[in-house]
Amino acid sequence: MPSNEVIQGLGLDDYKFGFVTDSEPVFKTRPGLDEEVVRQISARKDEPEWMLKRRLKALRIYQAKPMPQWGGDLSELEETLSRTYFYSKPQEQMERSWDDVPENIKQTFERLGIPEAERKILAGVGAQYDSEMVYHSLKEEWESKGVIFDSIEDGLKNHPELFRKHFGTVIPAADNKFAALNSAVWSGGSFVYIPPGVQLETPLQAYFRVNQERLGQFERTLIIAGEGSRAHYIEGCTAPVYSTDSFHSGVIEIVVNRDAYFRYTTIQNWSNNMYNLVTQRALVQQGAHMEWLDGNLGSKLTMKYPSCYLMGEGAHGEILSIAYAGDGQHQDTGGKVIHVAPRTTSSIVSKSISKGTGRASYRGLCKVYDGASNARSNVECDALLINETSRTDTFPYIEIDEKSATVGHEATVSKVGDEQLFYLMSRGMDEAEAMALIVRGFIEPIAKELPLEYAVELNRLIELEMEGSVG
Amino acid sequence: MDDSPILVVKALEAGVADEDIDILKGVDLAIRPGEIHAVMGPNGSGKSTLAKVIAGHPEYEVTGGSVGLRGEDLLEMEPDERAQAGVFMAFQYPVEIPGVSIANFLRTALQSRLEDGEELDLFDFQELLMERMELLDMDVAFAQRPVNDGFSGGEKKRNEILQMAVLKPALAVMDETDSGLDIDALQVVARGVNTLRDEDPEMSVLLITHYQRILNHIVPDRVHVMVDGRIVESGGPEVALELEAQGYEEYRKAHAA
Ligand SMILES: Nc1ncnc2c1ncn2[C@@H]1O[C@H](COP(=O)(O)OP(=O)(O)O)[C@@H](O)[C@H]1O
Ligand SMILES: [Mg+2]
Repeated sequence: MPSNEVIQGLGLDDYKFGFVTDSEPVFKTRPGLDEEVVRQISARKDEPEWMLKRRLKALRIYQAKPMPQWGGDLSELEETLSRTYFYSKPQEQMERSWDDVPENIKQTFERLGIPEAERKILAGVGAQYDSEMVYHSLKEEWESKGVIFDSIEDGLKNHPELFRKHFGTVIPAADNKFAALNSAVWSGGSFVYIPPGVQLETPLQAYFRVNQERLGQFERTLIIAGEGSRAHYIEGCTAPVYSTDSFHSGVIEIVVNRDAYFRYTTIQNWSNNMYNLVTQRALVQQGAHMEWLDGNLGSKLTMKYPSCYLMGEGAHGEILSIAYAGDGQHQDTGGKVIHVAPRTTSSIVSKSISKGTGRASYRGLCKVYDGASNARSNVECDALLINETSRTDTFPYIEIDEKSATVGHEATVSKVGDEQLFYLMSRGMDEAEAMALIVRGFIEPIAKELPLEYAVELNRLIELEMEGSVG
Repeated sequence: MDDSPILVVKALEAGVADEDIDILKGVDLAIRPGEIHAVMGPNGSGKSTLAKVIAGHPEYEVTGGSVGLRGEDLLEMEPDERAQAGVFMAFQYPVEIPGVSIANFLRTALQSRLEDGEELDLFDFQELLMERMELLDMDVAFAQRPVNDGFSGGEKKRNEILQMAVLKPALAVMDETDSGLDIDALQVVARGVNTLRDEDPEMSVLLITHYQRILNHIVPDRVHVMVDGRIVESGGPEVALELEAQGYEEYRKAHAA
């Protein structure tokens, strides 16, 4: 990595802080991707032979698959990838101290009301969560219940059988070009196992995870929720992630076993130069319940469609998503629900906001296989346009091979109305405050599902964004 | 007591911006602190336009005359600045804000009146809101409903009055708040207005209405009759009674002649 890389655009339109880092990673592969690079990654991680073979096979799949021709504009991606360092292990020690973090970044965090400890992680100052006390008591609780919450690398090392049994079963490398890429070069992410019957009150937060590498470009997460278990996993943050990378391609695999309940919440705000192409999928077994709560902000292009494969009778899948497309950004997001078994139910609620020249596309698939009798699915997607130049479109794909299925789809597009603005302003709010209140009202049905601190951050973020939207 | 008017409207002419429609054709009006002025007139005569021009609706363009609030040029101010200066308009057609509760909406409106860096005391706010809702015979749950979303006509009007009672304006412009209210609701609205005036005897009201009925409960100092963008008669409460008896026909004819 060039030693003086300018990091720009933390994802918020109205303050782009140039930022220079001098830290050299202790190890990095050369730019671009070939078999040698994959071998190096695997060797650095001291992986078993089977994983190396998997990686190499995935690489061949990746190389053979063409770039997707749908979704967003990927024409510049090939070039970006040729410049990308597919693996770089950061220094073990803290990369920089809090004092080195520029004042304007600190101010952003302050304005966003991000807790001190999280600010440090976001600024790349060490990866350990400061609240050791909180973490320790949680860790004890988890351990006593047999819960595994590790980095993906440690998962592979310490729980080889469990890992191998599930890894790549939900999202095989051949699923799509970027899943193949991730399967070849993955690094970082979580490994979670909830034993049967275990119910966790406190969400598993990625911040708390020990030995965390910097959120990788090719993060890989594998979660197994045992029969009748109940848990909530939270990752991400509404604050702009500050990163030198221009490409992020994660894979999240979740197995939700019989009668289990699992919710995965993620909110991410990438810098404006970022391609964010993520595959998230859950296999939902009989009577089980899976919820994706997904917030996408920032990036140049995000393509992300969390999916639920409803494999067992009575399984339920839910996808709630918020997308915010600011100036020059394209959010191509939505969800997929695949009904395989009888009496499976699903719902997708998607809310998007486009501002300036931003574009938000809803892309969703509802598929009901023959035999999934009495399956029910409902899709609701609402788009809010802030400016005349803002854009939205909807691509709902519905494939139904089962006569007794009921599928509903509803889409609305609204503009922030002059009447609404005037009404709020006539009560004393300025235009930006009025706009922010309207936007917050629009996403409220989803925001109220977020953990409180996330909802508060999201609201503040919207306020900041709206300040930049009025003339 | 300072007796100079709080609101002075002079030879006001206004129309729809970007369109060649003249609506107000020279309106004069002066309201002193503590006074209640009623404006009556047939549909389409320009009553709502007058209210919206005072509140600063961007759809209307002032083509002549002036509007002053305590000697300041109101027309130079943005709608939010007018609100902060003490103007409140109860809308004839209140607007829906989905997903935003009345409580949150009012909290934001009050917060916006504070200096930068000053935080509204949530406990005080809660107390004020509860007290105002009690005054207006409202169920506590009402404050948690999204603003005007799915409200009946009467609920929307009561919501306007609640906002007025919480925001405590110096000048309240009430645009047909009485229309569509049954007699019980009408009395609640009147009680709201009268209580606010007891609390602040200097509060002025511009009450736009179709019907004499509400003036039995909120007694005006002056009544103006508006026809075709002009005030064609002004007088005491008796004007409203005459109007009720003979209708607008007389004025229309007189005006057309
Ligand atoms: N935005 C507008 N566009 C076109 N015509 C308008 C608009 N607003 C008001 N008007 C016209 O101006 C006249 C006065 O309207 P208004 O002020 O609403 O009357 P009132 O409140 O007395 O019924 C009516 O003829 C109405 O149709
Ligand atoms: Mg009217």
